[in-house]
Amino acid sequence: MEVLCFGIAKEITKTSSLQVESGVIQTVAELKAHLLSQFPAFKDYFEFRIAVNQEFADEEQVLNGSEEIAIIPPVSGG
Amino acid sequence: MADNIIDIQILAEPLEVSNNYDFILDESCGGINVFIGTVRRWNKDEEITHLDFECYEPMAISELRKIADSAIEQFEVKKVSIHHRVGIVKATEIAVIIAVACKHRKASFQACEFIIDQLKKDVPIWKKEHLIDGSYWVNSRP
Repeated sequence: MEVLCFGIAKEITKTSSLQVESGVIQTVAELKAHLLSQFPAFKDYFEFRIAVNQEFADEEQVLNGSEEIAIIPPVSGG
Repeated sequence: MADNIIDIQILAEPLEVSNNYDFILDESCGGINVFIGTVRRWNKDEEITHLDFECYEPMAISELRKIADSAIEQFEVKKVSIHHRVGIVKATEIAVIIAVACKHRKASFQACEFIIDQLKKDVPIWKKEHLIDGSYWVNSRP
């Protein structure tokens, strides 16, 4: 699955569009755990959220791999 | 909500308050409130050379629309215009403008404050502060 990265997430992953092997990932919580294991620097940002199809997603939300998925680090607009 | 009562834009060029004002002007409203967020030169003791705003645009527009819908429902806002800048923004330049028109003044103050508070919580926009000796993403400084 493709995961869009913005702000600090783009710097941590060094890409704006991360390819994640989706075989073992079925939920948002599992995606977050995977990201934390691949990129330990995310541990400094406990607040990072996941958006699915441009909506904030719950941890339990099931992913089928065809959604538009994005890492949303702590926002700082305004 | 119809597009003639909500105006949301993410813009890479300098923001002009008159654009928001012209959009929200309404014969039924006696209270217009405008919040303008500008870039300041100093954050605590550090001097900022410029900010760089990044945005997840389709989601930012959809989140801003939800906030606008909620403001219309809660505070009887008749018209609302929200413009946010992206890219490089220098000190004294405008980062965000929120303009609302209500029948009376009290609701317009409340609506404006509600919108900027929600924007800072949930809208996927990020700013990087560039200082004389380095840079970092705001709210993401370990």
